[in-house]
Parts: sequence; C-alpha cells; structure tokens
Amino acid sequence: MAIGGGAGAKPAGEGLRPSKRWVPWVLLGPGLVWLSLFFVIPLVELGRGSLKNGGLSNFSNVFSDNGEVILRTFLYAFVATLLAVILGYPLAYFIAMKAGRFKTLLLAAVVLPFFVTYLIRTLAWKILLFGDGPVVAFLRWTGMLSRNGEVLNTHAAVIGALLYNFLPFMVLPIYVSLDKIDRRLLEAAPDLYADGRRTFLAVTLPLSLPGVFAGSLLTFIPSCGDFVNAELLGGDRQRMIGNIIEKNFLRDNFRPQMSALSFVLMLLILGGVLLYARVLGTEELA
Amino acid sequence: MKVGRRWSSRVLGAWSGVVVAFLFAPIFVVVLFSFNEPGRKLANGTWVTGRYNYKWGRFSLNAWKEWNAYPGLTSAFYRSIRIALVVVLISTILGTLMSLALVKYRFKGKGIVNMLLILPLTMPEIVLGFSLLTLFVTANVSRGVITIVIAHVMFCVSYITTTVKARIRGFDWRLEEAAADLGANPWRTFTRVTFPIISPGIAAAALLTFALSLDDFIITYLNSGRVETFPIKIWITKRSSIPPQINVFGTVVLLVSLVLSVSGFLAQRRRTPT
Repeated sequence: MAIGGGAGAKPAGEGLRPSKRWVPWVLLGPGLVWLSLFFVIPLVELGRGSLKNGGLSNFSNVFSDNGEVILRTFLYAFVATLLAVILGYPLAYFIAMKAGRFKTLLLAAVVLPFFVTYLIRTLAWKILLFGDGPVVAFLRWTGMLSRNGEVLNTHAAVIGALLYNFLPFMVLPIYVSLDKIDRRLLEAAPDLYADGRRTFLAVTLPLSLPGVFAGSLLTFIPSCGDFVNAELLGGDRQRMIGNIIEKNFLRDNFRPQMSALSFVLMLLILGGVLLYARVLGTEELA
Repeated sequence: MKVGRRWSSRVLGAWSGVVVAFLFAPIFVVVLFSFNEPGRKLANGTWVTGRYNYKWGRFSLNAWKEWNAYPGLTSAFYRSIRIALVVVLISTILGTLMSLALVKYRFKGKGIVNMLLILPLTMPEIVLGFSLLTLFVTANVSRGVITIVIAHVMFCVSYITTTVKARIRGFDWRLEEAAADLGANPWRTFTRVTFPIISPGIAAAALLTFALSLDDFIITYLNSGRVETFPIKIWITKRSSIPPQINVFGTVVLLVSLVLSVSGFLAQRRRTPT
C-alpha cells in the first residue's frame, strides 16, 4: 500500500495551485461519487442493518453464537501471517540482496500464482492434499501423520492454503522496502566494526519493518475475511466467519445477525491493525 | 567468519528455493491435471470416468480437445471477460482522473480523499461485499451483471488511482505549460503531451484491474444474483463435479498472462536502454 513515499521529498511539479479552485474537484468528482454511493453508504447501511430487530443485543448474540468461530478465524489468520513472515522474509531478502541477475526472474516466480484464478489454485491445493496423494504419503512415511491420517479437514490444511494464497502479498512489500535500502549504509556498518548479524539487526531489519507491516496487513486482512479455503480444504470444525456469512447471506431473517457479525469482523480487524501499528511503531499507515 | 558467512548464505538460498517450490507446486498441479482423466479401471479392463478431478486417473488429452464440453463453463468464462472489460473501461477513466487531481494539484481535503481511496483496500472482501448487498437489498435493487460491475469498479478505482499515482508522480507538469505557451489548446496539450507520458502507467493499471475483476470471487458471489461468472461457476459446480476443463481454462489464463507480462517487460526494457 502507500508505504514509502513519505512526506518530505516532493518531486518537482507536485502540488501546483490550480488557477481555478474547482479543477481538482471536477476530476475527483465521478470517482468520489462512486465511492460514496457504493462504499461509504453501504457501510452506513451495514451499521444500521446490524441494529434491526433486536438492537444492540444482535452484537452480544454475535459473540455468544459464534465466539468459537471468531476466535478460530483470527487464530488462523494470525498463524498464516506469522508463517508468511517466516517463509517470506528470507525469500524477499534473498531476492533483494543476493539474487543478482536472477532478480527479475525470481520476482516473476513470486507473482506467478496470481496468474492462476484464485479458486483454481485453491482447488490445486485440494488435489495436492487429497486422500492418499503424494503429500499425505510423504507425511505418513516420515511418521508426522498416522497410517490412516489425512490432511484435508484439518486446521493445518486451511492455514496452509491461506498461507499459500496470500504469501506473495507478504514477499513483495518486504522486497520493496529491502530494495530501497541505501547500500552505502550496509557498507558503512562493517567499517564501524559491526559483524553480519549486528548489521542485519541494527540496519537492515529496522529499515525493512514498513514492508513487514504492509505485508502483514495484506496477508492478515484477506485471511480474516476468507471462506473459500475453509470451505474447500476444511470441514465443519474449520469454519471461519466468512463461512457463516456465506451460508446465510441470502436469508432475509438472518440479515441483522450477519450484518452485526460483519461489523464485528471489521472492528476487530481495525483494532488489531491499530494495535499492530503501535507495536511496530510505524506511522506511515496511510 | 568467512566460512560461516558462506554457510549462512547457502541456507538462505536453500530456504528461498523451498519457498519458491511451495509457490510453484499448485501451479504445476493445475497444468498437470488438465491432462488428467479422473476415474478408475474395472477388473474387466473398462474405464469408469470419475466426476471429481482430485485424483490422478490416467493421462488424456480429452479435456483439451473437448474444452467446450462442460455445460455453462465456457459461457461463464466469456461473461467474466466481458464484465472485466467494462470494469476496466469505467474504473480506468475514474481512477486516472482522480490520480491526476491528486498528483497535479494542491487542495484542501486531499488527505480525506486519500483516506477514502485506501480504506476499501484495508477491508476484507466479505465486509465490502456484504455491506454492498445490504444496500442493494434495502434499495430493492435486483442483483445481476450491473451490480457485479458496480462492485468491481468500487474496489478497482482504488487500485487504479494508487497505481497511476505512483507512476506519474515524477512527471514534470511544466511541459504542459510549455505546450500551452507554444499555442496548443488544452485538448491538444492533453492528447499530444500529457496522455503519451502517463499512458504506460495507465496501461499497467488497466491490466491489473482486468486481472482483479476476472479473478474476484467473494464480493462478486454476494452481489451476483443468479448471474454466473467464471469463479462462481466453479464454486457452484464443485457440489456435483470438478471437470478437468476447469484446469484447461486455468492453464490458458496462466499462459496468456505470462505472454502478456513477458512482452510488456521486454517492451519496457527496449524503451529504456540501460
């Protein structure tokens, strides 16, 4: 997202004062109207809808009815995001610092999954983990899975699929922030007697945190709202918030509860993001 | 220390290799299983074709030869393409105008506009989709192709504006003034000076939007009524069967995107010799 850019450096030409005040607003007009009608007003409608037939009790019901599902959703998204950092950071570091002339090729490899339709690549995960396929056979052979054990319909299958689907969103922003680092800083560190580990911890890592922050949001937020992975790879015990909404969105009498549930999901994510921004000390959110 | 360094960089390389393999495995499966004929062989040697393309049966070119055979899949695919084209057209115009306003001019309320553009990107699709559905239900709008286009444009405008903004930030707007000084009217200035310079950024953003629209499932599903886009068709089909034709379409989309991005990359490299 809009990580980087920052305030400070304003390139030449930005921020002309228009001779006529209304010029920028005419340019913005159509887009603003569209966003107001189909983004802002729907959110207001969602808030209003969540208070229908029952008022605030809809919200307390959300937690009593779906407490376990809400907890599971955020746990899945959290673990998937954490694993994405663990898998993605070293890869982004490798591409930015070590890949040399293979840089472009590796970046293309990271983006490649996006060239396959979301649903089709999730189905491909199902094929990989299906019945007694290669992955299951391997896990049974290593003893990580019992002889009749299966991978489908487990927490691991759903988290793994979320991780897979959103991993490129983690790698790319981290790569961008690592790539932007002034190489002279990395050369200066050893001159000041920092060893490799110290250079990484004191220079590289702090400078790449905006990338980690952006990547975490881009992984965590879509994971929280997803129902495709849980539906295709999980069973009844892997349901997420999205699955509840997906099952009920066409039933008129459930709409207030579903509105309340969506609203809670949104607020919890917002709260989580603000908390995370605080912990990481990143202020370049917007 | 040197030895330790080499060792750690080898571990880093191996780890990266494993992660890339993780990203690649499902893609490989998509292509491979387009050549699959699911099913099993009976004791008497006859082949019973299965309905779910989850398990390897035997190698077959049938799905490629009869790519059009699965009812409704091809028409859903074409419908998705048509929707994506309309979405690209509308959101590119709206988004480009917005990014021009945001990059070229200084005005009060810019921060709020930027915020409004970022917010849809920070919300899970299910919330965006469900709130839009709530609006359509309250306003008694029946869902169909038009509501799908409305939904797609809503989130694509943000992507277009952000992308184009980033690409045209360095442009020296005094060139426009120079054109005006040389007697060009505003329209001529736009077509001869501004547009040629910002068009590569717009093209990149348009391509991204096309892919986003074609691929979108969650928001679309909630606001589609009975209209079936390609992802929705797959979602509905999965209850009764998963035909290998799905993988054929997946493979073709993959190849087309690959060709497009490689040629785009090469064209760009030719334009900027280093």
